[in-house]
Amino acid sequence: MITYLGVHKSYGEHAALTDFTLEVQRGETLALIGPSGGGKTTVLKLANGLLAPSRGTVLLDARPIDEWDRQELRRAIGYVIQQVGLFPHWTVERNVGVLPTLEEWPPEKIAARVNELLTLVDLEPDRFKSRYPSQLSGGQAQRVGVARALALSPAMLLMDEPFGSLDPLIRAQLQTELLAILKTVEVTTILVTHDLTEAFRMGTRVAVLADGKLEQIGTPAELLSEPRSPYLKRLIKANLLQVQP
Amino acid sequence: MRPRVLFQLAIALALPLQGQTITIGSKPFTESYVLAELMAQLITSQTGIKVDRRFGMQGTFTSFSAITDGSIDIYPEYTGTGALAILKSTDPADQGLDSLRAKFKRLYGLTWLEPWGFNNSWAIVTKQAFAARHNLKTITDLAQVAGVRGAFTHEFMQRDDGYPGLIAAYGLRLAEARGIQHVLAYDALAADQIDVMDAYATDGEIARYNLVVLQDDRSFFPQYLATPLIRLQTLEQFPGLASILNRFAGQISSEQMQALNHEAALAGNDYAVVVQKFIHDRTAGELVSRVEPRSPLLRQTRRHLLLTGLAVLFATVLAVPLGIVMVGRPVLSRVVLGVTGVLQTIPSIAMLGFMIPLLGIGVKPAVVALFIYGLLPIVRNTYTGIDEIDPHLIEVAHGLGMDRWRRLIWLELPLAAPIIFAGIRTAAVIAVGTATLAAFIGAGGLGEPIVQGLSFNDPAMILSGAIPAALLAMVIDAVLGWVEKRIARQPVGPG
Repeated sequence: MITYLGVHKSYGEHAALTDFTLEVQRGETLALIGPSGGGKTTVLKLANGLLAPSRGTVLLDARPIDEWDRQELRRAIGYVIQQVGLFPHWTVERNVGVLPTLEEWPPEKIAARVNELLTLVDLEPDRFKSRYPSQLSGGQAQRVGVARALALSPAMLLMDEPFGSLDPLIRAQLQTELLAILKTVEVTTILVTHDLTEAFRMGTRVAVLADGKLEQIGTPAELLSEPRSPYLKRLIKANLLQVQP
Repeated sequence: MRPRVLFQLAIALALPLQGQTITIGSKPFTESYVLAELMAQLITSQTGIKVDRRFGMQGTFTSFSAITDGSIDIYPEYTGTGALAILKSTDPADQGLDSLRAKFKRLYGLTWLEPWGFNNSWAIVTKQAFAARHNLKTITDLAQVAGVRGAFTHEFMQRDDGYPGLIAAYGLRLAEARGIQHVLAYDALAADQIDVMDAYATDGEIARYNLVVLQDDRSFFPQYLATPLIRLQTLEQFPGLASILNRFAGQISSEQMQALNHEAALAGNDYAVVVQKFIHDRTAGELVSRVEPRSPLLRQTRRHLLLTGLAVLFATVLAVPLGIVMVGRPVLSRVVLGVTGVLQTIPSIAMLGFMIPLLGIGVKPAVVALFIYGLLPIVRNTYTGIDEIDPHLIEVAHGLGMDRWRRLIWLELPLAAPIIFAGIRTAAVIAVGTATLAAFIGAGGLGEPIVQGLSFNDPAMILSGAIPAALLAMVIDAVLGWVEKRIARQPVGPG
């Protein structure tokens, strides 16, 4: 689905990503875990063209990202960030409908799609459609963010610590819901997180990224039974986890 | 409202193009208003020519620039000013009319008609009490007194035939010498805040305040014969005009002019009516002139709104796109903010003065000057408003594949709108205030009664322009403030 081939990315002197090679397979949810500044967000932004690699190639469906045009990428990839980034001067309905609007769908079709999406993320359309982002709780706002990203049924979903700023109970609930949603819509997902529980719970595979290098990748079970990455070892020790992979 | 404003602009721009109109200017002091009005009424009472009055223009520079570029056709000037301030010649021969006419024809395409007769030279005046205390009769006497405080018109302070020449000629040493608006100097003298001031020999106030003119015993001040200064082209276009304007040549004495000035400046008197009566009396009823109705408040207010409205509109049209382009271009932003900032520091009167050689007088240069002052607040607020938008929103917009145009229209402009609008509001309020000065370059508006009131030392008239201008600024501020709030209104708190 998406392939990173020997990718380097540096900002001036600082190397954010070094010789990064990874293939994300169709239909999987790849959880990217690692310390802050380890390069996780860079990996995401290389996928949707917000960043270009300094060296190496990123391929989406075997085609380099820079050969895709903006509209194609918009259709192919949904994007969710921790800060949500809902447009504060627009209602929930307009926010969720922004991609179909950019695609110039007819208004009735957009309205129907917005209803469908809000229902999918468990927000009652009639109650929430006409609200503004400032009238939503943190959890509600991020559900709207997810609905917005899924509007064009993208093949790929990029999520950058989507639940990072939510309190633990709501986070757990949203994780459960997101798992269900991902199963329903069958979207390939890269989920960036620094929370080991979340990574093991959501990821079909988990990749550990530290200091711009891919330290280890595997299923949660593999990683738990055989942690080789120094960062992962420390993390497991610190968490004293009970995880059901 | 908008179509009407545009319509008025069209009229204002088309006016100078009409053939059968003579435009008369004056400087901002009583005598200049009276003489200009005298010429206007002589023309309208004997011909079908229309007269466009552009009275109260700021000083010799403005009036002279206006006549040389054809913005006005005639204004009353003084021979001494012509030689010393305009030709910048200290040669006494140049003060004669023959020499002045020859040089003005060759250099400027202008000529001097016949002088009215009186010599309105500068004079140094003081109160009777001060003169008696120090036994003053002449300026030489004044040079013997220590600690004298003086205040003089700004023009007098600067001209070689004014203050600098005077102190050199008499060895005068004053304890202080300040620049002041002429009519205010009389108040300062009356209140004993100053001891001496400059005056025009025909000032009505000399009689009114019972002041002493110190004799110019070294004949330092040149002759200042009041004379119509006119474009040669205008004389060609209207062949009989010279004789019409020379009607009172050599017939007005200094005392008569003093009386006329005094009467014109009396509270409650309309100088135009005083002039009308003068013409009627001096021609034994032969000439009956009409007095143009005063420009009513409504028209002045509309003109004021036109000036500020156009200036703010043009400033917005330029500054908003400029502010948008500046985002993400630090070098360009520094240059633009620097340049507009420097423009902002130019004093309004100077800015209006700069406009005259480029654009003449009237609405056009006033709008351009006000437009320049409007740039900084709008450009700065547009830039800041967009620059300070939450970067995550912009990142998401990129992630959604919005192009530059969509980001601008859907996100940046709406989100920055309250701040941009606050800048426009600031610009509008500044423009309403500054536009009162536009009257100095013949642009009209609520500054007209202010300038005239200053020239006639008539507080009521000053207030008749100043109060509406202040109210207008407050109303515009309130209205735009209300609009700004509506733009900024976004629902807050959980629903």
